[in-house]
Amino acid sequence: MNPVRKRRLIVISLIVLAVGIAAALTVFALQQNMTYLYSPSEVEAGHAPMHARFRLGGVVKEGSIHRVPGTLTTDFVVTDRFHDMRVQYTGILPDLFREGQSVITTGLMQNGQFDASEVLAKHDETYMPKEVADAIAKAKAEHRIPAAAQGGGTR
Amino acid sequence: MKIIPLWLHKLSSPPAFYRFAGRLRPWLFGSALLLGAVGLYGGLVLAPPDYQQGDAYRIIFIHVPCAWMSLFGYGCMAVAALIALVWRIKLAEVIAMECAPVGAAFTFITLVTGSLWGKPMWGTWWTWDARLTSELVLLFLYFGVIGLFNAIEDRRRAARAASLLALVGIVNLPIVHYSVVWWNTLHQGSTVNLFGKSHISGAMLWPLLLMALATHLYFFASVLNRARVGLLAVEGGKDWARNLIAESANA
Repeated sequence: MNPVRKRRLIVISLIVLAVGIAAALTVFALQQNMTYLYSPSEVEAGHAPMHARFRLGGVVKEGSIHRVPGTLTTDFVVTDRFHDMRVQYTGILPDLFREGQSVITTGLMQNGQFDASEVLAKHDETYMPKEVADAIAKAKAEHRIPAAAQGGGTR
Repeated sequence: MKIIPLWLHKLSSPPAFYRFAGRLRPWLFGSALLLGAVGLYGGLVLAPPDYQQGDAYRIIFIHVPCAWMSLFGYGCMAVAALIALVWRIKLAEVIAMECAPVGAAFTFITLVTGSLWGKPMWGTWWTWDARLTSELVLLFLYFGVIGLFNAIEDRRRAARAASLLALVGIVNLPIVHYSVVWWNTLHQGSTVNLFGKSHISGAMLWPLLLMALATHLYFFASVLNRARVGLLAVEGGKDWARNLIAESANA
């Protein structure tokens, strides 16, 4: 490689390297500061703001969904399997909202329960036909194969 | 083994590339169309519905291949930009600049289909989570490259300036890809993994891979096609281009 091209290559590599390091530091800093959501345990421990909006994340507890007849109001319990948090929401729920599903709700604490203005359902990266999912669930029930084989319903 | 470098060297001359790309074009467009049609039929008709999302998941056959292409297109642009900056090859400048609009289009489709998918499933059109935000930044980087290229009068200077921006923006690629691993995002993790286990059933995977192949072929076809026009714009005054125009005028 002739000297001119070599110099250009070195200069460009240094520029990209410098920007790369800057980006890496930013990513690292954001990783520590960016809290997308709080879990019910963290709310219980007092880490979440009491008078400001925040996101509460967890799994919809089985058998906890109550719909108020004639309205769009639903209340349910979000759990991280250590602590529970009662959530109330008025509005249209996403298709994936169901028992045992991961959800991210936005809202504020009011009288010890979470008053949500938005409920988002999270889904995992697993895609399979219903028959396969049923077969895995059946095999799991019969032979108790490890839960990891299913890909997990929550992430 | 000097045959391949020699061939590449010959190909980097604009008239040779112009002819080569012209010959390749119908084959690339044709196979992209054919594979795309088979992939779409496989995805929209043959693949079984998902156990959680039912039929709504089928937008994956557009969304995911386009998302891959938005990253792949940027990678291609960056490689061409590096060659353009270091070796000052005219063809590399043209190709780098013609990758940008095609890649931007794929990024735009990714964001739109993701949004359409997000509303019924997650419950929102948009959220500022790391994956969605970094993909939006990718679109703005493409816009920056296109904008800078068009802001400078001299096409070769413009291409080199925009190439530097394209190269610097490459730091965003790992951020887009690993955003779902590094942060707690609403967007789920990767379904199809090149190394390691994929989390998708085989009946759904093959149409997805066919679509990915089709979008790659379309990308190359489109870039080669645009590069021919770009070369004519740069080399308009040269003999080969004049002869070409004279030939097509006589025919």
